[in-house]
Amino acid sequence: MVVTILTTYLITIEIGKLHTRRDIFLKENKATLSRDEKKAYREIIKAKQKKLLILCLFVDLGILAVLKYTNFAISNANAVLRLFHSQEISFMDLALPMGISFYTFQTVGYLVDVYRGKYLPEKNLGKLALFVSFFPQLIQGPISRFDDLSKTLFAEHSFDGRNVTFGLQRILWGFFKKLVIADRILVAVNTITKDPENYQGIFVFIGMLFYAVQLYADFTGGIDITIGIAQVFGIKVQENFQRPFFSKSITEYWRRWHITMGTWFRDYVFYPISISSPMLKLSKTSRTKLGEKIGKRVPVYLSSITVWFATGIWHGASWNFIVWGLMNCFVIIVSQEFEPFYSKFHNRFNLRGTYGFRLFQVMRTFLLMCSIRILDCYRDVGTSFKMFGTMFTKWRFSDVFQGALLDLGLEKSDYYVLAIGVVILVMFSLKQRSGNVWEKMENGPLLLRYAINIVLLISVITLGAYGIGYDSNQFIYNQF
Amino acid sequence: MMKKTKILQVAAAALVTIIILVFLEKLLMPKYMTQILEGALISEYYQEKEKDHDVIFVGDCEVYESFSPITLWEKFGITSFIRGSAQQLIWHSYYLLEETLRYEKPEVVVFNVLSMKYDVPQKEAYNRMALDDMPMSITKLKAIRASMMEEEKFITYLFPILRYHSRWSELTSEDLKYWLKRERISHNGYLMRVDTKAVTTIPTKKRLPNYEFSEICYHYLDKMTALCKENDIELVLIKAPSLYPHWYDEWDEQMRAYAEENDLYYINFLDYTDEIGIDYSTDTYDGGLHLNLSGAEKMSEYFGRILTEKYNLRDHREDAELKKIWDGKIAFYNQTIEMQFSELELLGYIKAFNKKKEEG
Amino acid sequence: MEALMNILQELHPEVDFKTNESLIDGKVLDSFDIITLISEIHEEYDVRIPVDEIIPQNFNSAEALYRLIERLQDE
Repeated sequence: MVVTILTTYLITIEIGKLHTRRDIFLKENKATLSRDEKKAYREIIKAKQKKLLILCLFVDLGILAVLKYTNFAISNANAVLRLFHSQEISFMDLALPMGISFYTFQTVGYLVDVYRGKYLPEKNLGKLALFVSFFPQLIQGPISRFDDLSKTLFAEHSFDGRNVTFGLQRILWGFFKKLVIADRILVAVNTITKDPENYQGIFVFIGMLFYAVQLYADFTGGIDITIGIAQVFGIKVQENFQRPFFSKSITEYWRRWHITMGTWFRDYVFYPISISSPMLKLSKTSRTKLGEKIGKRVPVYLSSITVWFATGIWHGASWNFIVWGLMNCFVIIVSQEFEPFYSKFHNRFNLRGTYGFRLFQVMRTFLLMCSIRILDCYRDVGTSFKMFGTMFTKWRFSDVFQGALLDLGLEKSDYYVLAIGVVILVMFSLKQRSGNVWEKMENGPLLLRYAINIVLLISVITLGAYGIGYDSNQFIYNQF
Repeated sequence: MMKKTKILQVAAAALVTIIILVFLEKLLMPKYMTQILEGALISEYYQEKEKDHDVIFVGDCEVYESFSPITLWEKFGITSFIRGSAQQLIWHSYYLLEETLRYEKPEVVVFNVLSMKYDVPQKEAYNRMALDDMPMSITKLKAIRASMMEEEKFITYLFPILRYHSRWSELTSEDLKYWLKRERISHNGYLMRVDTKAVTTIPTKKRLPNYEFSEICYHYLDKMTALCKENDIELVLIKAPSLYPHWYDEWDEQMRAYAEENDLYYINFLDYTDEIGIDYSTDTYDGGLHLNLSGAEKMSEYFGRILTEKYNLRDHREDAELKKIWDGKIAFYNQTIEMQFSELELLGYIKAFNKKKEEG
Repeated sequence: MEALMNILQELHPEVDFKTNESLIDGKVLDSFDIITLISEIHEEYDVRIPVDEIIPQNFNSAEALYRLIERLQDE
């Protein structure tokens, strides 16, 4: 992390200097230089900056690549070597600093923003270091932008009782989700997914559903804790989720789930690639060669595939994540292509906007996402597809009715807690649609507020699935 | 002014929360009133109004099943208390002793040396049974540190609710009945068993790679010796006459040597079972691991005589106040004997112990 | 301006680009639309819209977009 911070600091300062120099120069010589001369000058500066940018990217992303993906590369190389029966490379023992994927991206975002001239670089090394290493974000994000975070991070902080209250409540709510719901249902998820031989057919479906609950509760819970901690200090961190399971399409889902990651990839990978000169040239040629319709789609498809490949591999150094990313891409592209058919359908049947249809869309999106996420459950591509298949070939309702649910590591009491927990989650989300629940609570009756907080706290302590036998420190995104 | 009311509100809420949590913790902690009565042993010492005993016993199950303080009183007028617990390890014993000495200064401390063979923490359950009921103190903190197994977390000893919270779904009527107050189950630390199970076979002794007791055990034994010396207390090392786990000659030798070096009295009761009159077909309730009531009373008669003679212990039977207290204890003792025997007759087993216990 | 309107209309025939002023905020245009737009604008007007100009202010209305194009052409 230190290397990343130092390199980025030095280079951004340099880039910033170039920006300033250019602006001053252009200003001074506004009248005297011709348009072309101005353009030429800009190009020179830009070229210099680009070199610096690339150097810094190389270092920052290089560190990430080496520490995180070396062993993945080695295992793939070994697979090839095995074909030739030659000596395999041994794996390296590399330590992965916590949050490396998150803070590297956050840093790169800052670097590119400075390069683009969005804002001047931070001259204070301490401040930059704080931005990169801001601890609540290291485990699961969110990935912040420098202009957003620095404003609130370095501002004057007065002890604001309201912020402390809201922050603490948010932290409590996050722990509730993580300890009472996510860590509890994790036991069942693990039983199913770690034993694909014995749990097939309907169990795969159950595993998928349970995993959706677990991932949601764990991830959003962790983010709640992060945002809550920041809030106690008066720092406003960006939201990362917006009731994602109410989405009506996969595209919408990715605007509501892990929001900061989505926008990061959009601003720093998707847009740059899709409107880069090579891409534009390619789109031009494909338009002339393959016709308007196809040509138009080329930049979109290529960029999308690249972005989703990157998203996949960012999640983890293994093939199942890459396939997962590409599957998301595939579904999104397909739904885009089907748009005209959907329009025709809706024009015929006039269902768009009805409650029933919206409900259908929500369910469809939910099931689709659960299915794609199966690659996350069984960390192996082959197994994932195989298990998915068994849902259709080996489905037997009777499997469940013989008390199998109680053999997954959870007892009846656990299921009651989970059921109530999920209901609370859904109700909370429903309520949140019309505004921040905590703020609404502020205006509610005093006793009720305190009662809710006390009950939450006691629930977390008593019902939390922690302790010997449980381990609540397995934040799912922690290998980042 | 708004701020002041807010602070008061928060303080009130915090107080309410803490009170709820305290009661919840009491509810969730195991009560040890049925089946695993050993867990309640440590707590009973603190309920004694008169904490002033001639003899304090510390150690594992061999200590709380081999001696009857009631017999010691009835026959010799000695006051005693057994601070024993299931598989109590030597560091448990040492810190328990350290703590006890803050309440009183006995004449004699008796320690069963079987625990010299355990040089590492054995099982979380035994840690819990030895430590949970100790009131918070520096000694307890030291004891926790010394006892924790790898997967245990310190904070769960400071706030046991963090360890037992998952019992919420396993609460029984026992938890409700004894939520706030538990019943006495021991007699000054002696856990009574009137049933009998004769010795049939004892597993053959295995050859060990190394018979030397570990450094850490000697370390604590030294500490115990020093502690007693400092406080002018006679430390007596004993080995109870249990036939299993096996007490090796090599171990016996080491204890003899240690006792000599440190000017302590060491007695291995296994060598004197004939004199004591121990009959392994009638005096044990689990085939030789522990003595039953009959065995314990015989042991107490024998050992009581030794203690009185060697250490000039006073006979307190004339003391009016003490007599009153101990008469009460004797009544309770006889009550328990009656109850256990009648259960044995009616049911064939003693209700409180009818589930299989761990070897202690 | 006309060419731009044509491009926009072809992308989303159901939208009234003359009056709609919240194309981004109102989620009328998504990121796919944006890059298609940029690619077509590049074709038509020979300007490259840099990434840091992809902000709501520039894309919320056809007007704003046209102003952006003109500005880039001047540079």
